[in-house]
Amino acid sequence: MVKEKFSEGNSSIHKLDPRVKIITFFLFSMVVATSYKFPVIFISFLYPLSLILVSKVNLKEVLKSLLIVNAFILFLWIFLPFARGAVPWFNLGPLTVFKDGIEYATLITLKSNIIILSMITLIATSSVFSIVHALHHLHVPDKLIHLTFFTFRYAHVLYKECKKLTNAMKLRGFSPGTNIRTYRSYAYLIGNLILRSFDRAEMVYKAMVCRGFRGTFPLLYHFKMGEKDRVFLVLSLIYICFLAIGSWR
Amino acid sequence: MNIIEFKDIAFGYSDDKNVFKRLNFVLKEGEKVGIIGPNGSGKTTLLHLIVGILKPFKGEIKIFDKVRKSEKDFKEVRKKIGLVFQNPDDQLFSPTVAEDIAFGPLNLGKPREEIYKIIKDTLAALGLQGFENRITYRLSEGEKKLVAIGTILSMQPQVFLLDEPTTDLDERNRERIIDIIKGLSTSYIIASHDMDLLKKTTNTVYRLKDSGLNPISI
Repeated sequence: MVKEKFSEGNSSIHKLDPRVKIITFFLFSMVVATSYKFPVIFISFLYPLSLILVSKVNLKEVLKSLLIVNAFILFLWIFLPFARGAVPWFNLGPLTVFKDGIEYATLITLKSNIIILSMITLIATSSVFSIVHALHHLHVPDKLIHLTFFTFRYAHVLYKECKKLTNAMKLRGFSPGTNIRTYRSYAYLIGNLILRSFDRAEMVYKAMVCRGFRGTFPLLYHFKMGEKDRVFLVLSLIYICFLAIGSWR
Repeated sequence: MNIIEFKDIAFGYSDDKNVFKRLNFVLKEGEKVGIIGPNGSGKTTLLHLIVGILKPFKGEIKIFDKVRKSEKDFKEVRKKIGLVFQNPDDQLFSPTVAEDIAFGPLNLGKPREEIYKIIKDTLAALGLQGFENRITYRLSEGEKKLVAIGTILSMQPQVFLLDEPTTDLDERNRERIIDIIKGLSTSYIIASHDMDLLKKTTNTVYRLKDSGLNPISI
C-alpha cells in the first residue's frame, strides 16, 4: 500500500516550506554522494540525526525503511570485498579480501544510509502533493511533475485493482505453484492491469479535458517562506558548505 | 431555444458495428431529460459526443446555435456544459477535495479570491462542509460521488450531464444525490438504469435502443 507514514506530524521540520526542504536535501545529498573522505561522511551523519530528533519521526518506521535499503547494500558486501582493490588484506579460504574493497563497501553503506535518512526526515515529512507543488515552484519541467504526481495518485488505484483481481482469482480456487498455468495466470493478471490502467488514464484525461484542462495545473495554495524557513535554509547551507570544502580540499 | 441538437449522428467504436447509425436528439432550454437503456446501448457515448471527447463519423452536432466540429469548438462547449463521469475515480485526481473542486474554476480563469468562496458554497450545497482538506482517494464511495458532482457544480455550467449518478450508492447517499439534482435550476441530461431516479428528477425520459431514442411515458 502506498502510505505517507512520515508526513503526519507537527514538528518544526514538518512545517518547513517544502521548497526549502527540497533544496537542502538536494545539495546535501550531492555533497555526501561525491565525498570520499571518511571524516566528512561521519560529520555529515550529524545532519540527519539531528533532523530525526527534531522531527520526532517514528524511529521504528525509520529503521524499517533503512532495513529495506540495506538489504540491497548487503549484495555489495557479498561481492565488493573480493572483487575490487589492489591491496590484499587477508585470505578467506580460497578468496582474497581486499582492503580497498572493504573501504569502498563501507563508504557506500554509510553514504546511502545518510542520504536515505535525510530523505526520510526532509522529503517524507511533507505530503507528496506539497512536494509536487514545491517542485512546480522550483521550475522543474511540468512533464516530470505530472509523471510523479499521477504515478503516486494512481499507484493507489492500481494497487486496489490488482488486489481485486488477485482476490477474485483466489476465490476461484487459484493457488500459485511452479507451473506453466500459474505463470500464464499471472501474465493475464499483469496484462489486464496494463489494459485497465491504460483505460483509466484515458478516462482521467478526458475528465480533465471536460473541466478545461490545458496542460498546466493551476495551484490553489501558495507557499509562504517564513522566518523559520530562512533560518533553516541558511544554517543548512553553511553546514553543507563546510562539508563540501572538507571533501574537496 | 435548442441547446443541443444532434442530426443524423453516426458513431461506433469499431468499423463493422455502429453504436449510432442515424441518431437525432434535441435538448431544449430548461429541459430535464433522462436517458434509459441497456448496458452498451450508448448512453455514455451520447454524453461523450456532446462534450466532444468522442467525435461522430457522420452527422451534425449543434450546441448553443453553433455547429461544433473542431476541438476548439468543443473547448467552448465544455465551459458551459459539465459532464460528471460515472466512475468518480476517473474524475477526481487532485490530492485534496478543495483542489479538485477548484480545478475547473481555475481553468476557467476565475480569480483566486472567488475560488475559496466557490469551494465553500459547493461543499455546503453537497452537505460536505469541512471536507476541504480531505484526501480524495481516501473518501468513501458515496463521498467520492458527491465530490465528483461538486467538481462540476463549481464550474457553474448551463447544462449538466450526469452519467449513472446513483449506481453503487446506498439509500441515504442516493437520496442525497437525488435532492442535489432536484435543486439544479439548469437543464440536465441523466443517463441511468435507475427508473425511479429518472421519475423523480426528469420531465422526459427517452429509451435508447437499437441506436434510436424513443420517448417513453413516466
